[in-house]
Amino acid sequence: MNRNHALLSNKTLTAQACATKLRTEKVNLYYGSFQALRNITLDIHACAITAIIGPSGCGKSSLLRLFNRMNDLIPGARVEGNVELDGILIYSPGIDVVELRKKVGMVFQKPNPFPMSVFENVAFGPRRHGMSNRAELEEIVEKSLRHAALWDEVKDKLEQSGLALSGGQQQRLCIARVLAVEPEVILMDEPCSALDPLATLKIEDLMRNLAQEYTIIIVTHNMQQAARVSEMAAFMMMEEDRAGVLVEYGPTSELFTNPKDKRTEDYITGRFG
Amino acid sequence: MLKPEISSVIAASNTKDSLRRRLRLGERFIESWIFLAGLFAIIILVGIIAILIKEGLPIFTYSSPWQFLFGTKWYPTSEPPTFGILPFFLSTLMITLIATAAAVPIGVGCAAYLAEVAPPRIRETVKPIIELLAGVPSVMMGFIGLMLLSPLVRSIFHLNTGLCGLTAAIMLSLMSLPIIVSVSEDALHAVPKEFKEASYALGATKWETIRHVCIPAALSGIGAAIMLGVGRAIGETMTVLMVAGGALAVPLSPTDPMTTMTSAIASGIGNAVRGGLQYQALFAIGLILFIMTLAVNLIADKVLERQKRKFAR
Repeated sequence: MNRNHALLSNKTLTAQACATKLRTEKVNLYYGSFQALRNITLDIHACAITAIIGPSGCGKSSLLRLFNRMNDLIPGARVEGNVELDGILIYSPGIDVVELRKKVGMVFQKPNPFPMSVFENVAFGPRRHGMSNRAELEEIVEKSLRHAALWDEVKDKLEQSGLALSGGQQQRLCIARVLAVEPEVILMDEPCSALDPLATLKIEDLMRNLAQEYTIIIVTHNMQQAARVSEMAAFMMMEEDRAGVLVEYGPTSELFTNPKDKRTEDYITGRFG
Repeated sequence: MLKPEISSVIAASNTKDSLRRRLRLGERFIESWIFLAGLFAIIILVGIIAILIKEGLPIFTYSSPWQFLFGTKWYPTSEPPTFGILPFFLSTLMITLIATAAAVPIGVGCAAYLAEVAPPRIRETVKPIIELLAGVPSVMMGFIGLMLLSPLVRSIFHLNTGLCGLTAAIMLSLMSLPIIVSVSEDALHAVPKEFKEASYALGATKWETIRHVCIPAALSGIGAAIMLGVGRAIGETMTVLMVAGGALAVPLSPTDPMTTMTSAIASGIGNAVRGGLQYQALFAIGLILFIMTLAVNLIADKVLERQKRKFAR
């Protein structure tokens, strides 16, 4: 426990040394007439893991999906306020969503490999972005799978269906698939909620390794997980009209040991949620 | 208070009597009903095949299968009669191929548009309209082909007559479109949202997502749709009879007038003497038609099966 804490505060220091990668400023998100997010202002540090926690339906996933504009796919979704990636407003008209999503990859709650071979799953992104040379593809597939700590388990079955893997392997395949696009930010939407504890542990180890090179934002229901992996944590809740608000944001160790807001304290001590 | 009651219930249910199988009459009835219905369908199918064989095979004692299949002269009433179905076979092949080649890309494209691109409101209005088109009687499509399409084909290709294989093929492609659109749209719509999201999140465009994720994932459904469309094109009789021109010569180009196997049966069966040579020959055509559609279905099944196995869990 103590060691863990030391680790956390160490990481916090490095996190603070890093620059701001993503920022939202007074963001409101609407689905039709329903307001899903209210007045969210948040700075996400580069090369760190930021956890978004909070009760179900408080808009954690909606907030996460702001950063790669996945909310665009929902008819009637509308964003007010500023969302910046490296200081660039990603909701301004001149932004190419394809380029944005290359920089900001996403891992979903349910492992969702395509119904294709392991190889083709990882090669999907690079192929779409114009890589067609077999040798280059093989190289990037191997690199991504190694990076996702999956290579040793699948190197002999690259031509097998990605759906034939176990749940945890599938999720690491999905991570490899994201890494193959060489993003800068990886969004993870409850990436372990469909996995058993051992597979969860592997993904968490992987996340910690990846955090050295990538900015990672993870939505999680599991507060132990947030405490284990993240340097920064954002606690969200919904107001009476079910719009999500940011209650508290700060270094994970502080948020968990010394919450400033009464609601955060209630939540993390398990009084509700 | 409750205790005695509960214990008596437990005691009762522990007796052998309650464990004995009960006659669930309703269940039994439905089971046998479903079984009979299934059996009935199989009997009918076997019966059809048996009749085709019984009525059609004897022609091969008069004319060898080789002569029958590859003979180019169909003169059922001359003396002696000759039965060569190559012209019909080639006509059917040509018309079906052209109709399919035209209908599949348009149909799948339309389905992809409805499933992935169109706003829900358009999808919900357009799809029923397209499905309604499937219900237009084929004789009506024949009229349309006669009145509208054949003059057009005639003037475009400078033909003597617009009643030709091409006109029939275009009409057939229109007739198989609704079913291709409807069934492949269902298949595309059923592709899990997770796949599409994953694709978009990797930076794929809408077209790339449709082309590389949705269509492959829906391939078995789209394959079934195409098969239904091909089946419709091979089997369609009335429209072809009305617009294909009815020539008995071996067709050399799509713009030649043609008689397909189905229209040959339809136009000949009225004059054929029951049990006579022509009658047998027409049934033999029916038998070959049946074998053709069966072969198409089996091959498609195999191909799709292989595709599915490749990606199965």
